[in-house]
Amino acid sequence: MSVPVELRYTEEHEWVAIDGDTASVGITDYAAQSLGDVVYVSLPAVGAAVTAGEPCGEVESTKSVSDLYSPVDGEVTEVNEELDDDPGLVNAEPYGAGWMFRVRVAVGTGGEAALPPGLLTAIEYEELTKSAG
Amino acid sequence: MTDFAGWLMPLRYGSETAEHIAVRTGAGLFDLSHMGEIAVTGPGAGAALDYAVCGWPSALAPGRARYTMLCAPDGGVLDDLVIYRQGPERFLVVANAANTAVVLGELRSRCSGAHVQDETAETGLVAIQGPNAAGILAAVTDLDLDAMRYYAGAYGTVAGRPAWVARTGYTGEDGFEIFCAPGDCERVWTALTEAGAGFGGGAPGTALVPAGLAARDTLRLEAGMPLYGNELGPDVTPYEAGLGRVVRLDKPADFVGRQALAARAADGPRQVLTALVARSRRVPRHGYAVLSQSGGQVGVVTSGAPSPTLGVPIAMAYVATGASGPFGIDVRGKTEPADVTELPFYDRSKQG
Repeated sequence: MSVPVELRYTEEHEWVAIDGDTASVGITDYAAQSLGDVVYVSLPAVGAAVTAGEPCGEVESTKSVSDLYSPVDGEVTEVNEELDDDPGLVNAEPYGAGWMFRVRVAVGTGGEAALPPGLLTAIEYEELTKSAG
Repeated sequence: MTDFAGWLMPLRYGSETAEHIAVRTGAGLFDLSHMGEIAVTGPGAGAALDYAVCGWPSALAPGRARYTMLCAPDGGVLDDLVIYRQGPERFLVVANAANTAVVLGELRSRCSGAHVQDETAETGLVAIQGPNAAGILAAVTDLDLDAMRYYAGAYGTVAGRPAWVARTGYTGEDGFEIFCAPGDCERVWTALTEAGAGFGGGAPGTALVPAGLAARDTLRLEAGMPLYGNELGPDVTPYEAGLGRVVRLDKPADFVGRQALAARAADGPRQVLTALVARSRRVPRHGYAVLSQSGGQVGVVTSGAPSPTLGVPIAMAYVATGASGPFGIDVRGKTEPADVTELPFYDRSKQG
């Protein structure tokens, strides 16, 4: 199970990558493996406002459906339309081609993206998944 | 891995979709040792079972099998079973793992004049299912599989070990179930895996793959087969499940539930097990409400999943008698349309 060190994570098993004022979001390898084969991903609309910790979509697998939570506050600028035809990308490349949506986040005076408190580091996330068994 | 009625079982070995497709196009191997096996034996075994279940086991010829149900006096289903007549005075009753204790208790109290023995712990069960199952199994058994009809079984050897082999399954495909000693399961599994690896010359889609509970569930759903706890339970009779054919009211002997079942047969079912195909990609799942076109609830989904073969979500649901589709399904607060179709969703005899 892979947990890339450069990403930040949520307790709901999303990952977030920050590049300037853009946050890219997907679900973790751990989440994808736990769900099984992903068959459908419902994503927020481009232009929609999302709120950290609030559901903004759904991930359907063979056996279950899970809410997709936004890890950040902001406006959705792009969604991964490839997932519509090939939701299996979430299983195959959860941190790559299986990304889900991008959000423009507020930027602080120092040019740093303003992230909500509570996002986990890779080490913290790995601890979380280990304690979950 | 998941806990299933006290047994630790794999939900999937790899991709459950790939496992499902392998069973439809090649073959899949299942470890079903959790299933309950109860032997009913003795000169009075057939008559005892005729009283205990709603089918007609004594009419089975040795070497044949039948799908049947154990009903309560009020006609409610306590379990669905496959009964194999392994000899003139020996029947093997295969029960769902979660219901084995109930079935054993009921058979012990209902089968006076026969010996009832729980053989679950002494019996392993490996199933090989799919269009290539016969070809693969033939390489490691001394049985003439061509001579074995659907729902028939025989004693023989698999991988050199003694086994009861039956042409039965729960996938909608041709296939076999191999009952053997638990200590022989690994050898049987390995021999089938090796025979399967070479089968078909490695052409795509011919491989034998191990398959888990997730694939087993979508395979049986596509085949329109009920699952106890979903489509079957003590609050429904076989008639609601569309399985009135298993109730042998033509059987001369009395049996537990006869009066209630005869009344239900005359009155008609109170609800109808209905096959639904979703128009949206959001999956109708167990427990979701089925709505009429005016929005009132007319039923409830019993099983639902994305169908790997059809590529759309499918579901079975109990719907009030007389309600007609298309229906809506309350998928987590938003109504999604679903069309009524015929069971089964998938019929191998109708495939090109």
